[in-house]
Amino acid sequence: MDDIDRSIINNLQGGFPICDHPYAVVAERLGIGESDLLERLQQMLEKKQLSRFGPMYHAERLGGGLSLCAMRVPEADFERVAEQVNAFPEVAHNYARDHEFSMWFVLGTETPERVEEACREIEQVTGYRVYNMPKKQEFFVGLKFEV
Amino acid sequence: MVMSDRDYQLIAAIQGGLPLVSHPYADVGRRIGWSEEQVITRIGEMQQRGIIKRFGVVVRHHELGYTANAMVVWDVPEQRLDEVGERLGDQSCVTLCYQRPRRLPEWPYNLFSMIHGRSQERVTAQVEQLIEKLGLSDIRYDILFSGRRFKQRGARYQ
Repeated sequence: MDDIDRSIINNLQGGFPICDHPYAVVAERLGIGESDLLERLQQMLEKKQLSRFGPMYHAERLGGGLSLCAMRVPEADFERVAEQVNAFPEVAHNYARDHEFSMWFVLGTETPERVEEACREIEQVTGYRVYNMPKKQEFFVGLKFEV
Repeated sequence: MVMSDRDYQLIAAIQGGLPLVSHPYADVGRRIGWSEEQVITRIGEMQQRGIIKRFGVVVRHHELGYTANAMVVWDVPEQRLDEVGERLGDQSCVTLCYQRPRRLPEWPYNLFSMIHGRSQERVTAQVEQLIEKLGLSDIRYDILFSGRRFKQRGARYQ
């Protein structure tokens, strides 16, 4: 990853133009050619430095449900529970954290009601309580992830 | 904004990412039988209404060297919640800041902030600086560093 890749990431975390040739507009802003930009994006996707290039939806406004859930899973049982939890298609990221609350995952569901349902199902399958902690309020942060 | 079946078709067509071609919206339109202009107009509207929160790159922090992703959680008295939330969100090291419900007695924290850093030491030092700078010394907090990551689908919703 070189300086140009870094400036692509720093400049493209939001505000992608919605016009007929958006990549050309961005490329000009960055002082590179359109084909160079497209190639670099492609490479960063292939190297998995980027997971996607595109829209991030507001799940609730799309009619879906979204929540952050946590579980207290002892180390000895962790692998089994992680496998069972990850088998649910609604589970997006799942992180282990070094804490008594050791497993943290995001549920993204097609309907708001499905969040609670999925939590109950996960509890049944794993035998551990799911602490459902949906967002109550979001505080503004800029887009400032710098690489 | 009422979403139609056609809108969901459009959403499905760009779900996996925008095509990396010169006229991406025309490309998307061809897949679902829309003109380039229709796609551009509708995506613009969805963005304006906040259905699309943002449009751009979705980074994988870990692959970019930000290996110490820490969730810093705070037990903030209700009367200070907005002030602390807003000020935390303002800090350059904080990338997400949410109020969430406590789950007493096991989980006393109601404000969640995310800090990405290159090492645990640096994140810990940043948290200490934040506490001093924002006057949070009487607020209980905890830092949850991430260990293994088991699944990252490349969040489409946030």
